[in-house]
Amino acid sequence: MNRKWAALAAAGLAQAGAQAQWQAVVEIPRIEVAEYHRPYVALWVEKPDGSFVTNLAVWYDIRPKKGQGDDGTAWLKDLRAWWRKSGRELTMPVDGVSGPTRPPGRHEVSVNPGPLPPGEYVLVAEAARELGGREVLRAPLKWDGKSIDGGQARGKSELGQVEVRTGKGR
Amino acid sequence: MKFGKCDGLLRLVFRLAPAAALLAMAPPALAHRFWLLPSSTVLSGAEAWVTVDAAVSNTLFVFEHRPLRLEGLVVSGPGGKRIEGRNLHTGQFRSSFDLHLDTPGTYRISIANQSVMASWKEGGEVKRWRGPATEMAKNVPAQAEELQVSRNDMRVETYVTLGKPARDVLAPAGAGLELVPDTHPNDVAAGEEAVFVVMLDGKPMAGVEVTVAQGAGRHVERPFEQKLRSGEDGRVRVHFPAAGYYWLQAASGDAAPGRPGRRATCVLTVEALPQ
Repeated sequence: MNRKWAALAAAGLAQAGAQAQWQAVVEIPRIEVAEYHRPYVALWVEKPDGSFVTNLAVWYDIRPKKGQGDDGTAWLKDLRAWWRKSGRELTMPVDGVSGPTRPPGRHEVSVNPGPLPPGEYVLVAEAARELGGREVLRAPLKWDGKSIDGGQARGKSELGQVEVRTGKGR
Repeated sequence: MKFGKCDGLLRLVFRLAPAAALLAMAPPALAHRFWLLPSSTVLSGAEAWVTVDAAVSNTLFVFEHRPLRLEGLVVSGPGGKRIEGRNLHTGQFRSSFDLHLDTPGTYRISIANQSVMASWKEGGEVKRWRGPATEMAKNVPAQAEELQVSRNDMRVETYVTLGKPARDVLAPAGAGLELVPDTHPNDVAAGEEAVFVVMLDGKPMAGVEVTVAQGAGRHVERPFEQKLRSGEDGRVRVHFPAAGYYWLQAASGDAAPGRPGRRATCVLTVEALPQ
């Protein structure tokens, strides 16, 4: 957060758009298997050239079972694309970004893209499930500082619908 | 015939081979490949364990021939700190050991040996000595008649990273042949290119042949393999066509060890991660 606010102040971007809230929709498919584990999910924004911009959400096993002697970060590397782009640089948990894993279903959450200058971006969603697979979705979007054009994708295995749109509360 | 505690490789060769066959049997000329294979190369969390297999085989990375002996194993962690291998084991087909990564950063895992074969005449009789380079002075007269020395440097390596990749352990050791990473070896993904610098005794070396082979197991008929050559600055650009473990070998020097001269070989295992 500090970096974000510092960047915000430095860039003088505290006008329209700087504090936009986005609504993210992430659908986690129900998968009928004997041993189901909720997936780790990361949602972030890249530039079209693949460079990392900002994290929107990371859902991981924050409180694993007692006695495992582990805080669930050991499997963050399984979000391979995210781990390489951003995860390995972070100290978990991250305020406003990380949260616990979620069950199958449609999840609509507020996410904060930070002071994002208008331009073209790519929404990336990655899910990795223990005893399951991994899926990465990329959804190009245009951001004019107020609203999002694009930013929708549909997965085939570990993710269903994934979308970001402009929040109502602006 | 003296053997030092290091160089299981040579020991193996000598145990198996009659002296006459030595020319053909010297390690780098063998089709058999030396390798280390870590259970993971990229790890997260506050601490982690990896286990590493070490073997000599034809098929990468299938243990089907001989173990790679663990004498000469050195693991350097963040800040150059030495990490002890745990649960060392050498079996029929492979050796293995565990590493506890307790500090974020990159760890360099090496088995490096420098060995010497010498022959000379003493009172009309041919004498021979084989052993680690460090013990040669004690065992071979410096001014012997018809002295012939053949030196063989072998380095087998891999890297693993807990958390954010660090570059401190990537610096060249400065001894023997090395594939010194320019691109961080734990930051390599399918479809990308990575740059390494071939160095001999810490100096870039041009024109060294580098073999790149994908470890595809025994169920792939034609695993990816190519031969490259280091450029003027010692650099070699390696393209990884798909995710998986890759075996890189650089070899320099006399291709027929046993004759006077020096042969140096370096093996590096790299995992290209899925995009």
